Amino acid sequence: MRAVATTTLIKGARSTRSTIALKLLMAASGIVFVLFVLVHMYGNLKAFSGELAYNEYAEHLRTFGEPYLPYGGLLWILRVVLLGSLVAHVGAAVALARRAHAQRPVKYAVKKNKASSLSSRTMRWGGVALFVFIVWHLLHFTIAKINVGKGGQAPDITENPYRLLVNSFLPEQWWMVAIYLLAMLALAFHLHHGTFSAIQTLGFTNTAESRARARVAGWVVAIVIAGGFSLVPLFTVFGVIS
Amino acid sequence: MKLTLKIWRQANASDKGALKTYELDGVSQDMSFLEMLDLLNEQLLHNDEEPVAFDSDCREGICGMCSLMINGEAHGPEVTTTCQLHMRSFKDGDTITIEPWRAASFPIVKDLIVDRSAFDRIIQNGGYISANTGSAPEANSVPAPRDKAMRAFNTATCIGCGACVAACPNGSASLFLGAKITHLGELPQGQPERYSRVQSMIGQHDAEGFGGCTNIGECAAACPKEIPLDVISQLNKDLRKSMILG
Amino acid sequence: MAAGTHYLPGLTPTNEAPVQKSDDAAGYYVLGDKLVDPKTPTGPIAERWTTRKFENRLVNPANRRKLDIIIVGTGLAGGAAAATLGEAGYNVKSFCYQDSPRRAHSIAAQGGINASKNYKSDGDSDYRLFYDTVKGGDYRSRESNVYRLAEVSTNIIDQCVAQGVPFAREYGGLLDNRSFGGVQVSRTFYARGQTGQQLLLGAYQAMERQVAAGTVEQFTRHEMLDVIIVDGRARGIVARNMVTGEIETHLADAVVLATGGYGNVFYLSTNAMGSNVMAAWRAHRKGAYMANPCYTQIHPTCIPVTGAHQSKLTLMSESLRNDGRIWVPKKAEDCTKDPRDIPEEDRDYFLERIYPAFGNLVPRDIASRAAKYMCDEGRGVGPEVEETQPDGTVKKFRRGVYLDLGAAIERLGKDKIEEKYDNLLDMYERITGENPYEVPMRIYPAVHYVMGGLWVDYELQTSITGLFCAGEANFSDHGANRLGASALMQGLADGYFVLPNTITDYLADGPFEKIDESHPAVVEALEGVQSRVEKLMSINGERSVESIHKELGQIMWEYCGMDRREEGLKTAIGLIRELKKEFWTNVKVLGSADSLNQDLEKANRVADFIELGELMCIDALNRRESCGGHFRGESQTEEGEALRHDDEFAYVAAWEFGGEDGAPILHKEDLIYTAIEMKQRSYK
Repeated sequence: MRAVATTTLIKGARSTRSTIALKLLMAASGIVFVLFVLVHMYGNLKAFSGELAYNEYAEHLRTFGEPYLPYGGLLWILRVVLLGSLVAHVGAAVALARRAHAQRPVKYAVKKNKASSLSSRTMRWGGVALFVFIVWHLLHFTIAKINVGKGGQAPDITENPYRLLVNSFLPEQWWMVAIYLLAMLALAFHLHHGTFSAIQTLGFTNTAESRARARVAGWVVAIVIAGGFSLVPLFTVFGVIS
Repeated sequence: MKLTLKIWRQANASDKGALKTYELDGVSQDMSFLEMLDLLNEQLLHNDEEPVAFDSDCREGICGMCSLMINGEAHGPEVTTTCQLHMRSFKDGDTITIEPWRAASFPIVKDLIVDRSAFDRIIQNGGYISANTGSAPEANSVPAPRDKAMRAFNTATCIGCGACVAACPNGSASLFLGAKITHLGELPQGQPERYSRVQSMIGQHDAEGFGGCTNIGECAAACPKEIPLDVISQLNKDLRKSMILG
Repeated sequence: MAAGTHYLPGLTPTNEAPVQKSDDAAGYYVLGDKLVDPKTPTGPIAERWTTRKFENRLVNPANRRKLDIIIVGTGLAGGAAAATLGEAGYNVKSFCYQDSPRRAHSIAAQGGINASKNYKSDGDSDYRLFYDTVKGGDYRSRESNVYRLAEVSTNIIDQCVAQGVPFAREYGGLLDNRSFGGVQVSRTFYARGQTGQQLLLGAYQAMERQVAAGTVEQFTRHEMLDVIIVDGRARGIVARNMVTGEIETHLADAVVLATGGYGNVFYLSTNAMGSNVMAAWRAHRKGAYMANPCYTQIHPTCIPVTGAHQSKLTLMSESLRNDGRIWVPKKAEDCTKDPRDIPEEDRDYFLERIYPAFGNLVPRDIASRAAKYMCDEGRGVGPEVEETQPDGTVKKFRRGVYLDLGAAIERLGKDKIEEKYDNLLDMYERITGENPYEVPMRIYPAVHYVMGGLWVDYELQTSITGLFCAGEANFSDHGANRLGASALMQGLADGYFVLPNTITDYLADGPFEKIDESHPAVVEALEGVQSRVEKLMSINGERSVESIHKELGQIMWEYCGMDRREEGLKTAIGLIRELKKEFWTNVKVLGSADSLNQDLEKANRVADFIELGELMCIDALNRRESCGGHFRGESQTEEGEALRHDDEFAYVAAWEFGGEDGAPILHKEDLIYTAIEMKQRSYK
């Protein structure tokens, strides 16, 4: 063994192949999700305007853009974009997690966390939890249309999505409400750090002030979105929405 | 003071290593942490046991040679380097666990000593301004805005100790890298190579095996020179721009 | 500039050669031939360097890659030289004992770097910087070297700014300067209190760039253990790989030592733990002269020792003396009291009392000595530390005096003081656990820098052909005392601008005959090192290296520290000789030689410190005068000020190794000035 250094210098490194590029991909796809859940939440809140308004809104999403788009076209575009973002987001996360794992083969016997938030440290497991929830959520409302409620026959979602919603969160199905509220907690955690992290990854936090603002943005996005989503099941289980 | 020390002992890079427990009496509050280890080593030598190997050089907090994970915190409980940490931060009867920096990119050489040459290679791959000796223009011919010069200075205070990597759950060197990118990128002299620099430096960072950043902030909290997290934002921004510009 | 001083072009001598009358060191040394620097330039002082650069032979760019240069040390001098010679196209091999070149102890310099830019338009010039430096060094440096230093100082700033060194700037974006070390002009460039760090990182980055370019190969965790001399030329080094323990030989056409100072001979100093004299001392033993080894700079404002466990000392910037008042209690029984409870009338502001004109701002050596005398009297403050007396008994002393910011805080407000000294005071509190805004700080002098070092000619070549020496490791530019903010200047001047322009004249004769590792001279050097290592590992005595080093430090500090006297120095020489025997018969090094072994590293270093310590004492004993960083108790004015004897000692004492048991041989190089006149200083 002679010189320690000068063995392997990387020549012609490309930005697009870097770990930061992976993070940028996560940030960009994450923003797509944030925008999506924001609109999704807005739609959910239509439930407070009553059955008619809610179902009209649902139908409007399908007929949006006609005749340029076919019936349900917007939703298919959305599905493609979301699926693409999901693949990017999860793919990048898995790649980065594997790097992190390989970098610390021997763990510390004692390790303290000094500055990181709980939300930032639970991003990976929180992400997995959200993924499981999304699968369940799609099965529940879209694909299998599982309706375990006591409201008799499951109304076809294309005919009456409002009923599907209300029936799902009836008081006797408190556990369904619990699943959704837990999922919203996980979403809040993920959004709390994810929003800040995306802003930082995009390079918009070059001062202490802008970093503080990005942290506030994390809180706002987490509370508004997760809180907004939680309103509907909560108000349903307590009978305000029926 | 009397202390119980649990110290990582590892004979060489290929040895497996384990924590070993020592009792140490006669520790004074005025000792620095490393002087406490000196005392232990004197005791070990007396008992014909090989002393604990650890790195230190300037012992005034600027060379960056000392390291040590102390009770799970890089450089211990205060915001400073291990050599400037004093025993008055501990109490009689404490148990202190001392481990080396743990990262695959910083392989253990012996006991608490790790090989940080990966940092040198990151600097070799662009962490400079190309200015051959003798070719420099008159120093005052290019003014540098004071606030930018201040930011350059603040980030240039990085001592290359590796605490950021040690504290990061991903073992990322983004704070180290971001500090150099920001230092050179804030100065007018650093502009010509700004975007090629960030590309080659991150390339080397990744090739060395350092992890990606998840913006959680453990690095900045561990940094004895209090380099702020915003240098990582600057790094990200410069890299993003380099995708288009360079 | 004092009245009666003139600008002198440097054409006629202003002094006569000294003739030494005293002979305090008789019996301890052998007088050798007078030494004349064969490379001394002549002509008008301002043209000497330019002329020399033109007259020196150059190396064709195509031939440079055929020439190998070894550079030991990666501080300001070594790092800058490696970068510059690499850029020029030579094959450079760079060695350092640390894990990275960036750790070299230049990094710890706080204050700043001087340059005669005259940006403040306050009358500065190359000549004035030259004048201040020679005068500050008590007329014990070579004028041509110092003028060259002043001349290239401005290039250094240009170079560093181009590299991205973040110097302090004014609002308009131009460089800021401050006044430093008692000079009347503002010529010090600075980067807050971390100028050394920023300059070193600049040199380090320039060097790493050359590593990437393939012109510099870096060997970290390698320690030089000997120099290889073939047919009278330095052709390589023996180095130990500190990770594997392997003893390696590295060959080249020229060798440069930039290995820093040897202040750690005192055990406690502001040097880094690893700073050592081994490279220089090994070269000395092979024929390189050691010049003025006794010139030691002691800094008055360091944080005092807290106990026997102390491993190093930390400097506090001298600027604190601008606002702090230094005092000790008038009565010894007050020394254990809380200083805040000692009333004004019971405090002795001794510097203000003894030196009313300069008060707390007297030069470093005067302030240091005064503090020592107060503590010797038993009026020191802080924790008691045991000290072994010459008769072997142990006495306890409090080694500290108060530096009180109280009055300044009252006058300027806490905010102002905080703004000025923020980092510094934080550091103080971290180390001592005392809040300097509330309790007076305690300070005590400590060894900080050595002006002595390997003798070099005008072209930085030692008395071994092909062996060059740069930075603090050589003796050349500071005379008997170094001005503040001049160490960084000299290190970078040597590394960036001087050495790369002088080494070419030597290399123009190369490449020299190829040698390989089987050459008898190489084998001999290698085996010498191996047997020394084996010897160290096999003694297996009772004492730790550390304890012997501490003992050496106590001897040096007591007898060869701030106040040196004939009797004490002779005592010290006797004690050191005993200690040397003790070391080689009773030292204990555990572990193995073929792996990382920090005790073995220390043992190698301490063995050489012991030999150096003896030579320092002999040099101090011979020089029966007080100049700069060397104070002989026998040579002082009635007021206790240093008294030079130019008629006897205006020479460089260059010591040749006299063999294992022989006495060292003294060669005197007379200092003849042509561009400046010698004057005595007065601070009363």
